[in-house]
Amino acid sequence: MKRGLPIVLLALAVPVIALLPLPDFWIAQLNYIGLYALVSLGLVLLTGVGGLTSFGQAAFVGIGAYTTAWLTLNTGMSPWLTLFVGLALTAISALIVGVITLRMSGHYLPLATIAWGLSLYYLMGNLDALGKYDGLLGLKSLSIGGINLGQGRLFFVLCWAIVIASAVALLNLLDSRPGRAIRSLKGGTQMAEAMGINTFRYKVTIFFIAALFAAVAGWLLAHFQRTVNPSAFGLKMGIEYLFMTVVGGVGYVWGAIVGAGLVKLLDDWLQVALPALIGTSGSYEVIVFGVVLVLVLKYLPEGLWSVVARRFPKPDRVVDWADADDLPVRAKPQNGERVLVIDSIRKQFGGLVAVNDISFDIAAGQIVGLIGPNGAGKSTTFNLITGVLSKTSGRVTFRGEDVSALPSREISRKGMARTFQHVKLIADMTMLENVAMGAYTRGRSGVLSSMLRTNRAEERRLMKEAQRQLERIGMGNYLHEQVGNLAMGQQRLMEIARALCCDPALLLLDEPAAGLRHLEKQALAAVLRQLQGEGMSILLVEHDMDLVMDVCDQLVVMEFGTLLTRGTPAEVQANPAVRAAYLGTEH
Amino acid sequence: MDFSIAGILLLDGVTNGAVYALLGLATVLVFTVTRVIFIPQGEFVTYGALTLAMMQTGKTPGTVWLLLILAGVASLMEMTERWRHHGNTGRAVMAGLKTLAFPLAIALLSIWAASQQFPLWVQAALSAAIVAAFGPLVYRVAYQSLEAATPLVLLIVSVGVHFAMTGLGLLFFGAEGFRNPAFWDERFALGPVALGGQAVIIFGVSLALIVLLWLYFEKTLRGKALRATAVNRTGARLMGISTHASGQLTFLMAALIGGLSGLLIGPTTTVFYDSGFLIGLKGFVAAVIAGLSSYPGALVGALFVGIVEAFGAFWASAFKEVIVFTLVLPILLVRSLRSGHSDEDH
Repeated sequence: MKRGLPIVLLALAVPVIALLPLPDFWIAQLNYIGLYALVSLGLVLLTGVGGLTSFGQAAFVGIGAYTTAWLTLNTGMSPWLTLFVGLALTAISALIVGVITLRMSGHYLPLATIAWGLSLYYLMGNLDALGKYDGLLGLKSLSIGGINLGQGRLFFVLCWAIVIASAVALLNLLDSRPGRAIRSLKGGTQMAEAMGINTFRYKVTIFFIAALFAAVAGWLLAHFQRTVNPSAFGLKMGIEYLFMTVVGGVGYVWGAIVGAGLVKLLDDWLQVALPALIGTSGSYEVIVFGVVLVLVLKYLPEGLWSVVARRFPKPDRVVDWADADDLPVRAKPQNGERVLVIDSIRKQFGGLVAVNDISFDIAAGQIVGLIGPNGAGKSTTFNLITGVLSKTSGRVTFRGEDVSALPSREISRKGMARTFQHVKLIADMTMLENVAMGAYTRGRSGVLSSMLRTNRAEERRLMKEAQRQLERIGMGNYLHEQVGNLAMGQQRLMEIARALCCDPALLLLDEPAAGLRHLEKQALAAVLRQLQGEGMSILLVEHDMDLVMDVCDQLVVMEFGTLLTRGTPAEVQANPAVRAAYLGTEH
Repeated sequence: MDFSIAGILLLDGVTNGAVYALLGLATVLVFTVTRVIFIPQGEFVTYGALTLAMMQTGKTPGTVWLLLILAGVASLMEMTERWRHHGNTGRAVMAGLKTLAFPLAIALLSIWAASQQFPLWVQAALSAAIVAAFGPLVYRVAYQSLEAATPLVLLIVSVGVHFAMTGLGLLFFGAEGFRNPAFWDERFALGPVALGGQAVIIFGVSLALIVLLWLYFEKTLRGKALRATAVNRTGARLMGISTHASGQLTFLMAALIGGLSGLLIGPTTTVFYDSGFLIGLKGFVAAVIAGLSSYPGALVGALFVGIVEAFGAFWASAFKEVIVFTLVLPILLVRSLRSGHSDEDH
């Protein structure tokens, strides 16, 4: 399916529906569906893409609705102005809730939004100025230049124009530099941080965007219904928004619209059918909703849209960046410069000394191998150097700068790139997109320019760089392959290409040859030498001794967290202590 | 506000706080063992209080029918799963019957007992048993096959379960509220403050349960197994501890605690089919104060929530819920500042 096809179809459907002689009831239904879909779109970004969730979206809808209701009724302000007041208030509350909770593990945000949704609901229901539980009545409809948009067809066009525009903006965002960063959030933050991405900021950002979508929906809802009261903004509604998104397909932008439509229609039907069946009135539909929610999560966790999406796989990205400018490169270290100086770094986990005062250094253009038996502390040393773990003591100097106390994303920005022992990748992104994440710090386009698609020139430059690095590593034939479908060795090579995209001065490779076949290993050795020839320094953790002895200039041998010896491959091979460490002592 | 009013409010707050403490403990318990954020904890409170109320009127409580339905579903699921796994019909049927046996026994006993007008405490014990029987069944039906899912998915499942249980509460109890008779009508004068017998019972039961939980986790092998599951699921499985069994046991305890809380709170307030949610969430706030991990923390947090609520109700009664739930934000702020970065990979 062409990427833009559903958008075009939907955009065409809106005026057609508006002109069709549908009963007003159905137009009103479609208006509600549009409003709900708008809120759900925010949840797709937050929950489906970002792996966070909120039960408080209804509260943000409420802020948007009550702001415009109170201001237009009491001050006579134009609704087109109150929209922005509502957005501002929503923004402030979302930032407060987000900043407070998002530093902690993922389940605190939903918990905070439950509490936040409840307290806002009771606040709206008890404030005299907001009409208590009766709410505010007698709002005006929206109008543009004297034309009343009313509650019918004109409102329908406005509402759905906003929904479609939001959906397009989201799709654009997801396919961009910040979008790739957002898509990395769900799989843990380590890799993204190592690529220089401030994951906390992106978590707050997506919560913020989702809240603003909800606030716009609230503003529309207030002028559509012409009354507001707390019941539409309670926790139950907040949960229902999440329900719509999950049923439709939490990872899909179009799932939000499908889910909103289905749930609204089902809701209306059940509210009539169930009381008739049971014989007394009451909101029994929640039973069905609850059961359906559990069933969907069990048997169709990707939601209904996933069935459609599976049928129409995404076409390959059009390669249109051949003539794009190259990205700027950083000044590489001069010959003889000491790129990395490690001065007695130490890591203790409680009583266990995992890394015991290790010191060594790496000169420009040098390949240093860090070897040792399993459990020697090699990967921990890696994590200490790259700032993934904090050091108990010791000092790391990178290109003359003390980076001991910096977080991994700052260190990465200074030109130190790494791969991981256990590959960390985003399985549902293509090779090209994964590798482009490495170039994150070399671009600057933000969320807004990505939504508006004014970031294209930069995107082309990033993609060109990603393709260049993939070809360099011999993976030029797999540009559009989903990374999750590839073999382990290929995924490791992808990680190297991603690290190269950072334009590093120092490359840290954690077992790059694990899972590679013989020819691939030879190719890897050739690439490493080529990089060395370009002045790059490389630190290598590897168990394949042929490769290590072949490419390394210097070896550092660790055992039980301590430095056993260091020297050239020949010296190390001849060292009896190293033999003992690997093979045991001879008696 | 004078001293005596403050005393009354404090007592009131601590009494409610004791119940929130139980619910907070259950929340922490469920989360640490199964990673489920168990929103429907409050529904067990409602079920407990209303089951007793139904028994008081001499009718068979609706929860009994619900229990039978749920047990039927759970036993069917157990049977098909075993059958698919082993292909052995006999063993599958046995497994299904095993799931069915306990709930069925309790249900039959309750149906017989409902019309007998037994003394209050017998009915209370039966109500607690009925509600407790729900725990493992809820785990079996809703959570067991999703054990490996992320906490986020489990949380959304919890919301689904909450919806279903609230709606079913309406279906089986009706929209009418009930207030149960006090277990003990005695009143003691403590200076200007009168301490009701019900409050004494609440304190006593809460304290006893907390001590029992502590003994269970510290002194018994089963309790230690649960703690092991909480720390490392894979490791626990390798040691032969079944995560299914641990989950069901945890839910049994959570449901029992919920049901008892309902019995305790039933005589102090009118309980409707949806009252449990707010009560449960206050236990939740207490658990959040404890970072969802510390039992003593949840206890302190719960007393704090109860007292804030009591004083909030006195100064600004319309806003007492607003105060209690807004409290979560500063608490989370403090936790967030104290914890610093806790970026964890899932």
